[in-house]
Amino acid sequence: MAYRAHVLISGEPRCVAKGAREVEAALVDKLHELLLGDEVQVMEVSSLGHGDKGPELVIYPDGINYVNVTPEDARFIVEEHLLKGRPVDRLMYKELPEPLEAPATKEVRVVLENVGRIDPNNIEDYIAFDGYAAMAKVLTEMTPEEVLDVLKQSGLRGRGGAGFPTWLKWTFARQAVGEKKFIICNGDEGDPGAFMNRRVLEGDPHAVIEGMIIAAYAIGAQQGYFYVRAEYPIAIRTLRVALQQAREYGLLGENILGSGFNFDLEIRMGAGAFVCGEETALMQSIEGDRGMPRTRPPFPAASGLWKSPTNINNVETYANVPKILLKGPEWFASMGTEKSKGTKTFAVAGKVKRTGLIEVPLGITLREVVYDVGGGILNDKKFKAVQTGGPMGGCIPEQYLDMPVDYESLASLGSIMGSGGMVIMDEDTCMVDIARFFMEFVQEESCGKCVPCRVGTRRMLEILNNICEGKGQPGDIELLESMSQQIIDGALCGLGKGAPNPVLSTIKFFREEYEAHIYEKKCPAKVCKALITYDINPDVCIGCTRCARNCPVQAISGKAKETHVIDASICIRCGVCKQVCPVGAVNVG
Amino acid sequence: MKSLEELQKIKESALKRRSLGQEGARARVTVAMGTCGIAAGARETMKAVLDEIEKRQLNDVVVMQTGCMGLCEYEPMVVIQVGESEPVTYGKIDPARVLTLVEKHLLNNTPVEEWRVQTNK
Repeated sequence: MAYRAHVLISGEPRCVAKGAREVEAALVDKLHELLLGDEVQVMEVSSLGHGDKGPELVIYPDGINYVNVTPEDARFIVEEHLLKGRPVDRLMYKELPEPLEAPATKEVRVVLENVGRIDPNNIEDYIAFDGYAAMAKVLTEMTPEEVLDVLKQSGLRGRGGAGFPTWLKWTFARQAVGEKKFIICNGDEGDPGAFMNRRVLEGDPHAVIEGMIIAAYAIGAQQGYFYVRAEYPIAIRTLRVALQQAREYGLLGENILGSGFNFDLEIRMGAGAFVCGEETALMQSIEGDRGMPRTRPPFPAASGLWKSPTNINNVETYANVPKILLKGPEWFASMGTEKSKGTKTFAVAGKVKRTGLIEVPLGITLREVVYDVGGGILNDKKFKAVQTGGPMGGCIPEQYLDMPVDYESLASLGSIMGSGGMVIMDEDTCMVDIARFFMEFVQEESCGKCVPCRVGTRRMLEILNNICEGKGQPGDIELLESMSQQIIDGALCGLGKGAPNPVLSTIKFFREEYEAHIYEKKCPAKVCKALITYDINPDVCIGCTRCARNCPVQAISGKAKETHVIDASICIRCGVCKQVCPVGAVNVG
Repeated sequence: MKSLEELQKIKESALKRRSLGQEGARARVTVAMGTCGIAAGARETMKAVLDEIEKRQLNDVVVMQTGCMGLCEYEPMVVIQVGESEPVTYGKIDPARVLTLVEKHLLNNTPVEEWRVQTNK
């Protein structure tokens, strides 16, 4: 028959020690006394989550959680809640309000100054905070050479990853001979877990537009394109509104602010290919072709979009430009390190307490990012590594946590700045598995044009898969290393050249994990399923049969009150037995 | 616009519009509506704010939206400023919490400390 209500009582050892069995007996007894035995089902479950506050029970369909229940309370609950339908407030578990802490002391907001402050759909909000003042100054008071000179003094470098000096890139485009010149903003942010550019485009679109107008003036372009991935619909919509408003206010179009300078912008959407974040592939995509990189030189500054001189920068690079012209290059250069000036936005993801988006001065240490801004490792586990720069970045171990975050330091560790992704990993992460994951990503996104990337990443992925499946051979590590070098030397674009970084850096810093996988057939972090086994400790097992009943493949045998045994040949290592065991008898080896 | 002077004029009027006390505005509610906020339910939060203000006829409260504030973990986020006092940033504001915020903060000028995001150490 169908029950009207269900009572789940926790059979966790801590609850049993504090009298859960007596509570259950009182519950059943009172239910029968009130003739509710047929209407209410009582079930024992392994845990309800608050063992420290046991005995504990949950009543469905209401989903009300009672804690610190005595047998007397149980009788009262049956009468009040189950008979009269009045939940007992004094025994309910109430979540303490969690403190929402966000110490912002290490953050410095330049690019993100307006984000979260202004209404992105209202151009006047941007103008209220000195928006378009830098552009006005440039168009009415400065020559293109003066603009380039200010940028040179500021030390701004490309925020898309490679860190090429922005003034130099613009100078090449300015000096290039061409009837038409173009400006492109690269908003094809594809790194997993990275969303810095989306936030700028959604929160402060006019800053990027203003930066592009200034760039166009400096190099002599009249037409520009936003290339934004179609996966960012809100960013695209915000940008459309912003462009429309800028045109209505006469900040885009012909004869801007009476200066005689003409410039307009259009949006192009990326269809989801990761490689289109590479500049030459991106331009092919804008031209309407399949996005595939081509050899450089010629660089875009000489021959880019439709073979015309083209300047292409990342969203964040452009967003920095108006601030530099308004506040002066000295102000910008006062932040950061000797070679890496200014601030950088990072998307902090992974096993930290406060994930999200941050903007910090370059030169801040990784430790400050992880512990001060990120709030430390989730569940107070041990830090293992941080991966910077997206799928082509390297994994940096604990001994380098005090390294400053700048272009050169990250490169010296075999990683990259990239566009600013940071994935923090804790002790439960298998570094071989991580390298395999990123190789799989790059392999899937490889456009297939050049052999080193197309074939090389596939072969490397096969070796990594084998290692994770326990089929690693002696010599695999050395083979991975030599293949990595060949791909770096031979691949056409940054995607292929960067693909081996996660593998090389994990081999460099976590070689013992690779060796454990290959020679001992063990996964030290207990992640790779083929290399772990589950077994039951006979000294701890109480023969409750719970594991056997929950095993999805019937790999566990044993009678009630007798020790249970797992048949490793049937076990699929799903871990359910470990989750349901009330006494912690299941070990992973 | 065609000149620097016009830009300057727009700036001044926009600043005026943003400062409370002008044009009869007593308080401002800002909802973060970036992708992260919307994913966490900012549209529902925004709707609750607008409904509550309409229901109570709070004609002197300005509602605006903004982008991501950087604490995606705490979305939906709402900022409330009453008069010239410091704006208060709140985290994890669902429609039920909007009701409390309107009653306590907007109507009685008493910030709700337990949902406040502590931005200073």
